[in-house]
Amino acid sequence: MLDKKIATRQSYGEALKELGQKNENVVVLDADLSTATKTEIFAKEFPDRFFDMGIAEQNMMATAAGLATCGKIPYASSFAVFAAGRAYDQIRNSICYPKLNVKICATHAGITVGEDGATHQMLEDISMMRTLPNMTVISPSDDTQTRWVVEEISKIQGPVYVRLCRLSTPVIYDNTQKFEIGKAIQIGEGTDATIFATGVTVSEAIKAKEQLDAEGINVRVIDMHTIKPIDKDMIIKCAKETKRLISVEDHNIIGGLGSAISEVLTENCPCKLERMGINDCFGKSGKAEELIKYYKIGYEAIIEKVKDKN
Amino acid sequence: MNKITDISELEKKAKEIRRGIIEEVYSAKSGHPGGSLSIADVMTVLYFNEMNIDETNPKWEDRDRLVLSKGHCSPVLYSCLAERGFFDKENLKNFRKIDSNLQGHPDMNKVPGVDMTSGSLGQGLSVANGMAIAGKLDNKNYRVYAILGDGEIEEGQIWEAAMASSKYKLDNLCVIIDKNNLQIDGKTEDIMSSAPLDEKFKSFGFDVIEIDGNNILEIMKALAKAKITKNKPTCIIARTTKGKGVSFMEDKAEWHGKAPNEEQYNQAIEDLK
Repeated sequence: MLDKKIATRQSYGEALKELGQKNENVVVLDADLSTATKTEIFAKEFPDRFFDMGIAEQNMMATAAGLATCGKIPYASSFAVFAAGRAYDQIRNSICYPKLNVKICATHAGITVGEDGATHQMLEDISMMRTLPNMTVISPSDDTQTRWVVEEISKIQGPVYVRLCRLSTPVIYDNTQKFEIGKAIQIGEGTDATIFATGVTVSEAIKAKEQLDAEGINVRVIDMHTIKPIDKDMIIKCAKETKRLISVEDHNIIGGLGSAISEVLTENCPCKLERMGINDCFGKSGKAEELIKYYKIGYEAIIEKVKDKN
Repeated sequence: MNKITDISELEKKAKEIRRGIIEEVYSAKSGHPGGSLSIADVMTVLYFNEMNIDETNPKWEDRDRLVLSKGHCSPVLYSCLAERGFFDKENLKNFRKIDSNLQGHPDMNKVPGVDMTSGSLGQGLSVANGMAIAGKLDNKNYRVYAILGDGEIEEGQIWEAAMASSKYKLDNLCVIIDKNNLQIDGKTEDIMSSAPLDEKFKSFGFDVIEIDGNNILEIMKALAKAKITKNKPTCIIARTTKGKGVSFMEDKAEWHGKAPNEEQYNQAIEDLK
């Protein structure tokens, strides 16, 4: 486990092509980024069902809405900063309010975008998307899970936001792993601490867990692939079973995974949650691996956090 | 319901639609009469002469579709749908009230016959493009109408969408601009001029037809021409008068979003006899 690496955007593009073969109602829209979002893989196979809308994300989202009113299942892709940010009003008023069946698959989320820097590192999308009624928000952690997500969301009616990444990250799951939207995955039974993670931070948390295990500190990792609807039962269970709760995400600590977990804890079993993430600032240029260290969302920082007060 | 082809019958119908608009806005004590009245003739021709729709089967797959991109003009859409039999006309009195399905701006999931939810300006042409593209993909013959305001087209997304209409050769799409020359803060030419509007849409690849948008015959002719135009979308620039038909509302920006008091209501109904 964790040896093979693939970026979830690549998994997305490949899975989309397979889905296109199974379901002819699937159509794909992109905003001049198909080589980066990997929708080009679908485009080559199904040129008649692929629409490159140019550098115009707002138009792309509302066009997807129109297609959905006619029974199509549009997958609309761009970088997360443009998909969720630039087209927010279109997603709110033309997709979520009428509950249209549009799947927004946004790549290049978080600081792991790397060298492009702050303008392209989306750190607020989980926050913005999860406050929208009718929206489902999924942040897959690896190749296997992403491939499952791409097909699974075609079977549910209504808008979905999928948060994908540029950086190649370890494959965590094999094909025997069962996934369910809204059900988090528990990795390990440790009771010293729970590390809640999502997207790229799941493999970092697992790496931290492996090193901590070797030192006799027993933690569990929870893969919170679905941010909304959030798995309340899992959060409450971990709050009861483990001594400490930590969340780690490649997202602003305001409004993201940590906030979503805090909301559940506050109402159900008030206790402390230590939030790791981007501390209410914009990102910057650098290699993704360097930025993970710099912003303290990698395995070293997680280990440090666990040991810090242990 | 049979389509109405007689022009004087359509003119009578347009008055009925306008009375519905006034009833709605007067009952709600709020709403947008000005832009509803200006586009009432176009909407009447579309709903009673032109569009293939079935009030007994609002979600009919092969129906023509209409996106009221200037969603604040919901009173004219609701008035047309009620008159066409999609729901009881009595319901117009519940416009904008709590528990009513007739929201301030149209909701496709609440009102039979509403093809798209709208309200945030500038988004409807993109949605109409999506519907038109879907029609082409499925080899359907339905047509898609997008009703835009002449203030609304200040939104940049309209021009993103216009490029796409042309790129995908959406000859099953007809854009109609309600050119009443007024927006909330005043005259469009003072706030943010879109002139020359015809040349703009022509250069974006549309076949442009400019008409008197309060003249039933001109509207019918323009829609007929749009239907036979191939390989490009049509844009009908409908020159209208805001508040048309109600003497004291005509060409007055202040009646964009204001309801008449009792005296004004009585005058409006008198004007529309």
